[in-house]
Amino acid sequence: MKRGLRLLATLGLLALLALLAGPGRAAEPPAQTSTSSPNSTPTRRSGAEFMSPALQAMQRDESLNPAMLWVKQGHDLWQSPPTSSARSCVSCHSEASQSMRGVAARYPAFDSVSQRPVNLAQRINLCRVNQQQAEPWRPESPELLAMESFVALQSRGMPITPPTDNRLQTFTERGQQRYGQRMGQLNLSCAQCHDARSGLRLGGNLIPQAHPTAYPVYRLEWQGVGSLQRRLRNCMSGVRAQPYPFGAQELVELELYLAVQARGMALESPGVRP
Amino acid sequence: MARTLIKSPASAKRGDVIEIHTTIGHEMETGFRPGDDGKTLPRDIISHFSCHYNDELVFEAELFSAIAANPYIAFHTVATVSGTLRFTWIGDKGFKHTESVALQVT
Repeated sequence: MKRGLRLLATLGLLALLALLAGPGRAAEPPAQTSTSSPNSTPTRRSGAEFMSPALQAMQRDESLNPAMLWVKQGHDLWQSPPTSSARSCVSCHSEASQSMRGVAARYPAFDSVSQRPVNLAQRINLCRVNQQQAEPWRPESPELLAMESFVALQSRGMPITPPTDNRLQTFTERGQQRYGQRMGQLNLSCAQCHDARSGLRLGGNLIPQAHPTAYPVYRLEWQGVGSLQRRLRNCMSGVRAQPYPFGAQELVELELYLAVQARGMALESPGVRP
Repeated sequence: MARTLIKSPASAKRGDVIEIHTTIGHEMETGFRPGDDGKTLPRDIISHFSCHYNDELVFEAELFSAIAANPYIAFHTVATVSGTLRFTWIGDKGFKHTESVALQVT
């Protein structure tokens, strides 16, 4: 009997949630970030602006930002060949501070071989497989995150500039469509939180606008560095949807759309988030 | 090989209070969490940190399971003479890591 009551209460709460979430999208004007010309919107705010001053200082200072531990490892990997017969990254690309400057700011980019967009981690693994004849690194493996953080650091402070490549158009549109599409048992879309309710709270947490300005990030909750795909999957399990697997086309399309939305914002990678 | 981040002034005036920040990359496995196979993962933490200023102990700390991964420790000391600051982290499974930085006192 008691259990039945509790179940009823839970159902009621869910219904209330659905009611709250339901008409919101239709009734409210489209949020600033999803207008057709996001680049001119002055109200775009990076997730870092929602953090405490102490965390912001931690992100800025290279000797305090714990993601620099990963960057150090990435620097070592950059110098050393994966196998004795293969070439190291530095032997082709030379110093990363020159050759990798601005690279992270323009990913995901179109890969003409596979005819689809690839993100920075996938590009690193493609290079590893094709040029170094080595095994690709597992998604979210320490090595891949280290290399990604190291490459991303070289673009710190540069504006996010997704490529103006017509071949990316359909993929970006699909990402946009998925961003607005409800999913999971809670039946929420990305836009319902990150556009319509950014700056408000979800439980105790501030909802940031969804700008991928600092990935890979050291997240205090994770006690480690994670990629944008990990964050996206995190959100998906949050709305009780089945997350797409790492490296899935759907996630890359979402990344692409987010990059377009954040065009011109400064890259903070590797960032720190609560 | 552990990775560390150390923020310490390269030089200071005699008598100055200097602030030192250290971070070390470490899992800090608590010893209470179950692994994928359901068995409890063995504890693997850093249990002791110390800082020697020209071989004189100026700061030490004991760490326990509740400390998060990649422990960050900040502390102060007084600059007296030029020399080296030596940081030592000691932990489970024979973990030991030492780093040194120079300090110029004017």
